Amino acid sequence: MTAKTGWIDRRSLLAGASATIAAPAIVRAQGKSLKIALMLPRSGFFAQAGQSCYRGALATPKVLSDLGYNVEIVHIDTESSNDVSRTQAEKAINDGAQCVIGAFESGNTIAIAQVCEQRKVPLICNIASAPQLTGQGYQYLVRNFMTGPGLVTNGLKLIGEVSKAANLDLKTAVFMHSNDTFGTAQSQAMGKIFPTLNMPFKIVESIAYDPKAQDLSVEVTKVRGINPDLLMIVTRAGDAIKLTRDMVRQKLQPKAIMSPGSPGLYDEEFFKAVGPYADGFIYNLPWFNVKSQMTQALEASFKKTNPNHRFDLDGFNAGFTFEALLVAADAFKRAGSGDGETLMKAIKATNIKDHVMIGGPIMFNEKGDNPNIGSASVQNIGQKPTVVYPADVAVAKPILPFPAWQGRK
Amino acid sequence: MSFSLYVEVLIQGVLSGLVYGLMALGLSVIFGVVRVVNFAHGEFAVLAMYCAFVLFGLAGVDPIIASIPLAIAFFVLGYAMQRGMVQPFVTRPQHEQFILLVGVALVITNGLLLVFGPESKHVDLPYSFDSYTVAGVLIDKVRVYGAAAALAVTAALFAFFRFTSTGTAIRASADNLTGAAVVGLDVKRLYAISFGLGLACVGAAGSIMMALTDMTPMLAPSLTLLAFTIVIVGGLGSMTGALAGGLLIGVAEAVASLVVSPAIKSMVSFGLLVLVLALRPQGLFGKAES
Repeated sequence: MTAKTGWIDRRSLLAGASATIAAPAIVRAQGKSLKIALMLPRSGFFAQAGQSCYRGALATPKVLSDLGYNVEIVHIDTESSNDVSRTQAEKAINDGAQCVIGAFESGNTIAIAQVCEQRKVPLICNIASAPQLTGQGYQYLVRNFMTGPGLVTNGLKLIGEVSKAANLDLKTAVFMHSNDTFGTAQSQAMGKIFPTLNMPFKIVESIAYDPKAQDLSVEVTKVRGINPDLLMIVTRAGDAIKLTRDMVRQKLQPKAIMSPGSPGLYDEEFFKAVGPYADGFIYNLPWFNVKSQMTQALEASFKKTNPNHRFDLDGFNAGFTFEALLVAADAFKRAGSGDGETLMKAIKATNIKDHVMIGGPIMFNEKGDNPNIGSASVQNIGQKPTVVYPADVAVAKPILPFPAWQGRK
Repeated sequence: MSFSLYVEVLIQGVLSGLVYGLMALGLSVIFGVVRVVNFAHGEFAVLAMYCAFVLFGLAGVDPIIASIPLAIAFFVLGYAMQRGMVQPFVTRPQHEQFILLVGVALVITNGLLLVFGPESKHVDLPYSFDSYTVAGVLIDKVRVYGAAAALAVTAALFAFFRFTSTGTAIRASADNLTGAAVVGLDVKRLYAISFGLGLACVGAAGSIMMALTDMTPMLAPSLTLLAFTIVIVGGLGSMTGALAGGLLIGVAEAVASLVVSPAIKSMVSFGLLVLVLALRPQGLFGKAES
């Protein structure tokens, strides 16, 4: 038997010190709720979209709580900046975030991914389409969103299908796209994918424009000179507004105006600016399934948390942000731990059959992408985004040919 | 492509160019007389846009009509600003003037962000989506009204400089500052009036632009750049040059967009700028320094 001469021997001191150093990690791993840093561009260039995702996040806790999940969400603004994204991710992890979700824009997301990889904290990408995000071998990253080429492929296929369903004969098309990073990437994907899809129409002209231009009148005049059956557009809200104004003024009236996969046409800002002229546009995107019970629960919560918002649910931004939070919560429940490695294993093993967005179960392939995300054709009808195709998720039939501009009120 | 489309684009270029020209005129007037380059020019234009937006929201005043009271308000603002802030910097090195006006620009942009947020704003005018059809050529109503207003303000400014004694005195100060001081002209007052007139042009142009386009606080740097391009092409300090530069840039951008590609719009403006700087550094209507 060894007599203790003081209160602390060398071993106890060492054990105590080790426990103190390890404490944050242990606390992190054993908490009853998962601490999630939700990083969104709520100010800066992508503020509109970031705010839209944020509205979805506000509606999420109630739905997750009803499903038996327990999460703590810390809201962080990336200011649409890669540098801010990186430093805020560091700070969030230092403050105890066990999982990071974000960040709408590919560049911001890549900056966060580097930090998460280094710190071994899972990053679930809610929205960002750059293919390289999941092509660089990150071990702590999954993406519940489509890649740019995936968006274009699905978008083009749906253009063919929806026009066939509406008996619309399209022979010629003009492709207009902004010349920013997103628009150029979509254009490149279009150049590669379009020839492989055997579409019923041919692209007679591709027009790149500056989305920050004062107006797009000359661009529209150019399209009028070509007079195509179909106008395909890749826009954001600001340029979609300018484009619509100039199309109405110049009475440009193709048989259909469709987007093969881009934001802008469903944004509240677009509806506010052009009012009844927003109707008729079709955009082919991943969209929430209005027939899903979980979507209905999210809509109910969304109305309570965003009482002044015009829509039941805020485009796909809210849906994908909710789903990213759902993936994290579900993985935490299965893993029983917020430890980075354990949680990441659980995230990779995700298989959620009932969810919000159109498509099969949420699961991730070896690269970290969800291969089951589906797209739908959404048309603005009565100044509201309305799913019109495919039939199993549609709530209305597509209105084609494109309704006349004149006489709208 | 039919001939009428080319005519349409040409007309659109002229109409846009007139508004651009008015905005650039303000920059040219200030530099031509006070010899201070207003690096906050675009920010003042955006400030005027927000003022027009507020006037429209509160009292339903059409931004094109609002260009008149806003021109007066911005004249007063410019006069006071020159007297209280810019005057001590007139004789200081150019980098100090630059820092002062960049500071003003930052304050305006961040103030607008603070008050109005980053979202873009617009006004819904009853004729926003209307156009005239003249011999098969479509012309936007809002651009016609905007250009007419810009032309009226420009004409009034030219008349002021040509037919009033104050205008003549300002021109005299611009031509020969020492001579003007020797004959007893109150140069400081003339400087303040010139700065006021420069901002009046920006106030009117900004208000008119509110009818033509959406705006955010972040629009300002691109407007400053546009105004600089125009006045350098036209000749820094030359009023005729500013107007001609505006028209030239407006038409060149429009025609290049149609004939080549819309994506090269900016390249055409800057190409013109480089060409003018290489061949005629003083600008098309500027005076060569002796």
